[in-house]
Amino acid sequence: MNALYSLLFVFLLVFIPLFGVGLGHLNTIFGVCIPMTAFVIFILGFAYRIFKWGKSPVPFSIPTTGGQQYAYDPETFKQSKWDNPTNGFQTFVRMALEILTFRSLFRNSSASLHEVKGEPVVAYASAKWLWLFALLFHYSFLVIVIRHLRLFLEPIPFFVNGAEFMDGILQIGAPVLYQSDLLIIAGLLFLLFRRLADAKLRYISLVNDYFPLFLIIGIAASGIYMRYYAKVDVIAIKELTMGLATFNFHVPANIDVSFYVHVFLVSVLLAYFPFSKLMHLGGVFLSPTRNMPNDSRIRHHVNPWNDPNIKPHSYEAYEKDFGPMMAEAGLPLDNPENAKGTEEA
Amino acid sequence: MHYGGKIIIGLIIFIGLLLSPFAFNMGKAYKQPKLKLPAKEKKCVESLEFMRTKHMQLLDEWRDWALRDGKRVYVNHEGKEFEISLQNTCMDCHKNKADFCDKCHNDAGVSPYCWDCHIQPEGLK
Amino acid sequence: MAVPKADELFKSIDYTPPATGWMETPVDFSPGNWCYPAKPEILKSINFPNPREWSPEDEDWKLPPNWRDIVHQGFVERLEKYRSLKLFMDICVRCGACADKCHFFIGSGDPKNMPVLRAELMRSIYRKDFTLAGKILSKLTGSRVMEEDVLKEWFIYFYQCTECRRCSLFCPYGIDTAEVTMMARELLHLCGIGINWIMEPVSNCNRTGNHLGIQPHAFADIVEFMVDDIEEVTGVRVKAPLNEKGHEIIFITPSGDVFADPGIYTFMGYLMLFHYLDLDYTMSTYASEGGNFGLFTSSEMMKKLNAKMYAEANRLGAKWILGGECGHMWRVINQYMDTMNGDNQGPQMITPKNPVTGTVFHNAAATKMVHITEFTSDLMKHGKLNLDPSRNDHLRVTFHDSCNPARAMGLLDEPRYVIKNVCNNFFEMPKGTIREETFCCAGGSGLNTDEIMEIRMRGGLPRGNALRYVQQKHDVNMMACICAIDRATLIPLANYWAPGVEICGTHELVGNALILPGEEQRTMDLRQEPLPGFEDEDDDWTPPNA
Repeated sequence: MNALYSLLFVFLLVFIPLFGVGLGHLNTIFGVCIPMTAFVIFILGFAYRIFKWGKSPVPFSIPTTGGQQYAYDPETFKQSKWDNPTNGFQTFVRMALEILTFRSLFRNSSASLHEVKGEPVVAYASAKWLWLFALLFHYSFLVIVIRHLRLFLEPIPFFVNGAEFMDGILQIGAPVLYQSDLLIIAGLLFLLFRRLADAKLRYISLVNDYFPLFLIIGIAASGIYMRYYAKVDVIAIKELTMGLATFNFHVPANIDVSFYVHVFLVSVLLAYFPFSKLMHLGGVFLSPTRNMPNDSRIRHHVNPWNDPNIKPHSYEAYEKDFGPMMAEAGLPLDNPENAKGTEEA
Repeated sequence: MHYGGKIIIGLIIFIGLLLSPFAFNMGKAYKQPKLKLPAKEKKCVESLEFMRTKHMQLLDEWRDWALRDGKRVYVNHEGKEFEISLQNTCMDCHKNKADFCDKCHNDAGVSPYCWDCHIQPEGLK
Repeated sequence: MAVPKADELFKSIDYTPPATGWMETPVDFSPGNWCYPAKPEILKSINFPNPREWSPEDEDWKLPPNWRDIVHQGFVERLEKYRSLKLFMDICVRCGACADKCHFFIGSGDPKNMPVLRAELMRSIYRKDFTLAGKILSKLTGSRVMEEDVLKEWFIYFYQCTECRRCSLFCPYGIDTAEVTMMARELLHLCGIGINWIMEPVSNCNRTGNHLGIQPHAFADIVEFMVDDIEEVTGVRVKAPLNEKGHEIIFITPSGDVFADPGIYTFMGYLMLFHYLDLDYTMSTYASEGGNFGLFTSSEMMKKLNAKMYAEANRLGAKWILGGECGHMWRVINQYMDTMNGDNQGPQMITPKNPVTGTVFHNAAATKMVHITEFTSDLMKHGKLNLDPSRNDHLRVTFHDSCNPARAMGLLDEPRYVIKNVCNNFFEMPKGTIREETFCCAGGSGLNTDEIMEIRMRGGLPRGNALRYVQQKHDVNMMACICAIDRATLIPLANYWAPGVEICGTHELVGNALILPGEEQRTMDLRQEPLPGFEDEDDDWTPPNA
């Protein structure tokens, strides 16, 4: 049901520019005003969210340790440096592996129950599909973003041309097919079908989960349609996009409406991003179970709201409480008076 | 802000990357490239609109027809016949790669692999 | 509530979620699904708010009239105090990687035991109260209004999480359900909702110095009994100093080790080791608790209870602290202690140095506190211990990594090193169930109470089944651990899922193998069970010096 709502909502979003540009000829609004506004919302919203998280302190050092600690004798007990870091560099590597290779997701396993010869068996199998397709999706997205810089930069820097060349290196068709286009769709469809097919996941999935999937599928599909089917006028589009990137706005005529659909969906994504779970992009950097070294036994970690007024139930009070019994048991007393007990004192 | 320095540096890098195109393009104004059109011919094999966006598709088809099917004659939408040949038909008018092909291809960041096989026309350098 | 037989319980596990959405699925409040509420006099003794008599079974939980406000304000305050909470409320993408990592989910199939959904119980309120989209599009964004039913649901499910952090290991963003559970429990405490199994130990620990409420004279008596027992087994009378000033080291271990077997055998192992070394140490009745149920209560209470360790080290003039085998105790020491109470260390405290080997424990430079398996493994490495591992030959041993030393510290190889030096038969449980991926005993975070035995046995399935595997494959008959809660909870767990396997602490095995100077020939182990070859000894054997 949540999936259906999300799908319908994305369809609705597609119709807005179709009518707006196709019938209403609001090219400037859809080509300039909306994308620029969305971009501003994205940047400000993103920064706002990061500041909001940053405002709260990290009172305790709570890394999740994924391997052997730094021991008193690191030769006998070899430290698992990237899973249980103790210094800044090791923590940096742990974070890099987490963010660039989704290391935690790589650990993923699936538990299943079996009966073998009448005995219960809980089995754990490696389950790397989610890791693989998540990685495909995210990296394809990154390559696509880099490729799109050709529309926003003049002259085009080498790495954008390089990304473009590598992405089309199979030289299939004209215009050449980008592998990233196929892979991002494969990744997205996997993530979607996984959500729909696994009863557990379907049970927890919200509109917040389906909507971004359908939205990005819509963006990828409209992009693919523009490139391989509608064969839009890239040079005219570049004139428009360069206008955005130089604040020298100009909307050439004869740009296919599919472009406006694409841009509108991207704008929705940009504006939606900071206020959604997609902020995991920024959040993962701040996750205290990953970005902290396991060194609070070695170095002092400061809790800004640590309350110095919290004192233990004092030994003096303890000895007063139990003095006579302690004396009888032969335990030493700081204050011999306490041996008599409170009644007599 | 706890660990504020690191957070702000990270944020500055991120936003800096996002805004870098604006800085990169600062002071420039982009105009669509002006092509040097052939003097002797006013009409291409197909209409201007068609050639502008779909020439790669046409060339791709031409290659397949000529090399794989041995078909050497192309009939355009107006019924006019052309020889299917990059060398003899296209480059007969568009003699200079730098003045024609590269103008848009550079701006669009595409590098078609035509010249992996074909001898380049003038204007390479 | 009778717990069903193991195979029946196993067959009843169904991973198919109910037909109704989780917000519409009612919670089962029948007895057996919840821990007994904290008694009002207990809460009063530690100044916790809203103490009263109530029962989870009743319709009316007698909440304070402004409980909604209390929870909301408490939520606001914790969002401002903990970046972890704010972040973990915001960035979950519900990828479900955590779902089948939780022992309670694996053993129950209840979707609300998936870590993601457990956190969603709280996130749904967060979205409603603190996000714009949640305020407008309630239903679509999975938001809901805080109602009594939600609070009750929290009570059930945040006391079905043992804060073991296994989910957080697998989460691509490191979202730690333990953090969420801690916050939810703090909010519940504000409304006077807590469980007696946690709050009574907290109250005891505050007054008597230990969770079990053992008063100083009783503590001294118990230690004396153990000294007697050691003498019976070895013929050697070991020293057991209590509350003495002027020693180099203060030794602190969970009080579970002095209370019941098999913890007491571990405790005997400590005493024998220290005697063997002629260690300059003392124990304390005032700081007679290594564990800290404050961790399962509130950060303030955790700090208050933990503060006794340094306070007592300062009073007695100890230079550093040696800590016994305990799971959550070591999470507190490794991740919280120095942050909370480091300022209270006296000037006499130094970076711990093993007086026997000279090894300096630089990895404890801030806390000044060393784990007993670090200490012992160092002695073994330097050949300082005279050991006869064959005295453990009747045991085929495996090792259970406790959650907290594994995932909040990384103490993995030190205990194994100790065990391998004192046992000839050691076998690991299968990959995926040990080391950082270890499974909880299902009684951690204060849930080691008997009224939820079925829940514990369900949650114990993954551990129990892995144990069963090595029992069948390698005839394992003993599971060692480094946690006092484990030593209590793993016994019913093993009886249920792998009958025939016993539980011991690591230093019980050390005590068996350690050859004390001047000892009699050993005919029995610390449990006073005959060693192989001595089974026929008469029962009327008396200690030589009796």
